[in-house]
Amino acid sequence: MKTIYFDNNATTKVADEVLEEIKPYFCDLYGNPSSMHTFGGQIGIKIREAREKTAALLGCDPGEIIFTGCGTESDNTAIKGTLAAHPDKRKVITTRVEHPAVLSVCRDLENQGYTVVELSVDKKGRLDLSELKSHLDDNTAIVTIMFANNETGVVFPVEKIAEIVKSKGVIFHTDAVQAVGKIPINLSKSNIDLLSLSGHKLHAPKGVGILYVRKGTRLAPFMLGGHQEGGRRAGTENVPGIIGLGRACELAMRNFDQENKKVKSLRDKLEKGILAKCPDCMVNGDTESRLPNTSNISFEFIEGESILLMLDRFGICASSGSACTSGSLEPSHVLRAMGVPFTAAHGSIRFSLSRYNTEEEVDFTVEKIPPIIARLRELSPFIKK
Amino acid sequence: MWEYTDKVREHFFNPRNVGEIPDPDGVGEVGSLACGDALKLTFKLDEKGRIKDAKFKTFGCASAIASSSALTEIIKGMPLEEAAKVTNKDIADYLGGLPEQKMHCSVMGREALEAAIENYKGGSKKKHVLEGKVVCNCFGVTEKEIERVIHENNLDTVEQVTNYCKAGGGCGGCKGEIEKIIERIKGERAKQKTVPAPVKGQKLTNIQKIQLIQQTINEQIRPALRADGGNIDLIDVDGNKVIVALRGMCAQCALANITMKDLVEAKIREFVSPEIYVEEAKDLADEQGK
Repeated sequence: MKTIYFDNNATTKVADEVLEEIKPYFCDLYGNPSSMHTFGGQIGIKIREAREKTAALLGCDPGEIIFTGCGTESDNTAIKGTLAAHPDKRKVITTRVEHPAVLSVCRDLENQGYTVVELSVDKKGRLDLSELKSHLDDNTAIVTIMFANNETGVVFPVEKIAEIVKSKGVIFHTDAVQAVGKIPINLSKSNIDLLSLSGHKLHAPKGVGILYVRKGTRLAPFMLGGHQEGGRRAGTENVPGIIGLGRACELAMRNFDQENKKVKSLRDKLEKGILAKCPDCMVNGDTESRLPNTSNISFEFIEGESILLMLDRFGICASSGSACTSGSLEPSHVLRAMGVPFTAAHGSIRFSLSRYNTEEEVDFTVEKIPPIIARLRELSPFIKK
Repeated sequence: MWEYTDKVREHFFNPRNVGEIPDPDGVGEVGSLACGDALKLTFKLDEKGRIKDAKFKTFGCASAIASSSALTEIIKGMPLEEAAKVTNKDIADYLGGLPEQKMHCSVMGREALEAAIENYKGGSKKKHVLEGKVVCNCFGVTEKEIERVIHENNLDTVEQVTNYCKAGGGCGGCKGEIEKIIERIKGERAKQKTVPAPVKGQKLTNIQKIQLIQQTINEQIRPALRADGGNIDLIDVDGNKVIVALRGMCAQCALANITMKDLVEAKIREFVSPEIYVEEAKDLADEQGK
């Protein structure tokens, strides 16, 4: 059975070009980039090149890139490192819809006595910037707000937010794990101080991430040890991961507009096809400001895990915000923050596409979904015939 | 990814007895949209009081649908009294087991069955009502229900209770209360259990004697006190004088003296040596309280 992969916000396929690029760095070119000998030293050059490629995608200076182990590490470093560098400030501002890599850190800080403000969102998942302004004060150490939401794909006006935060002299961090490669980012023309990204969300291998740190931003290191990454992140470099990420960034830059246009048109076709054929369903999130690859659809009166399992039988991979799949007993915190009714939150399915999806896959899925939804509704006690 | 048995998958993809029986003898409706799963069970009896037909409609995950399907298969053909004895474990076993975190699906099946039987016996269309004190407000789970899943499935952690009946899985505010219920039931269990008595030695060294006293306290005395929310610590052993401190509820209990003589001293005399007498470390307890 062929796999139809519509779960690219969870992780992505490593691009063939990336795999080719990193193959030599396991058994042949396995040197330590910190070594004095040529064998190791030549790897250091490769890492420098990768740093330049990632900097090019983000529009920043290579010296502003720190390679980390994953997006979560980048988020942790950004928040905790900033607080450690500003011990006099005791307040953090974030949103209710952040990824757990940010939200769990903030809630832990709250337990340690920090004041944490979680900004709310409206029913389309949008922020109210005046709420942000009202909370910014001299005690605020950092504002951390995601670039784009992993569940709904809603894109926040991060540049505008960064400007507001900057005007108050506060550090601004954004978790851009879902945004990089999907929407254009130029850090040289922005007020963003810290930005996290994750390799495996843009066709690089798992186990590598980046934290962008604007020059002049005070940040205490999170991992202590050797002098790697200019002493800002100790630990021997994940050489294949970093080189692969460099290549993946290069690929993302090439045909950026064209590929995202293609992904968007496939996503739109999928979404329209489903909405046209299935009654009682709706799209979650602000469709005016959304990632080109994400569609979050709620099917009322049925439960997400059941839908996923039925899709799985056809090799279709998606994810759900239902309680049964969230690892807890309550549906997605993002949908709840948006005030999506329980009836819809339990039946939410997220489709997230990539440049590797095809029109045939979309057509096949649009054909398979309506009978699945109809079948599960036959079983549902909430449908009255 | 949930690891479901083939039987669960089979009952999910091909559920038996889907639908609603028109003009049923019993109807049971449990769960809600807000909770993430709901089940409506209807059954019809034959002239001998056997369940002639049973049908279900379920909103929920794969294991909820499979559990409902299994439930209807189990009870069909059963006399009503026998059906009333079906437990959540029977449903899970029928399916070759369910993942721990999904056991609440089997409990929902049993609850719906109970509600339907209640509805039949009540004669009216009265809905299943919650009985007793609600412990978990997020999912509307009563103390009675929590006690029942603990008893029937031999549970001993809060996490297990959450897996079996969802209580504690929302805001988590009731976890302390669930913990207390578990402790109480554990104490009751220990009371009933016949613990093999420690060996009463003829000639004990001092260390052996202390060990035997401690063992007696652990096995024979503490579980009984725990059942009432109390506890006990061994403070000192001086010849035949054993000094203990009562804790928790026992510390303020008006009957503490009786507990000391009838339970603590009696047990230690029985299992260690008849010469022993017990004293309560009053001063010490007071000091620690300060």
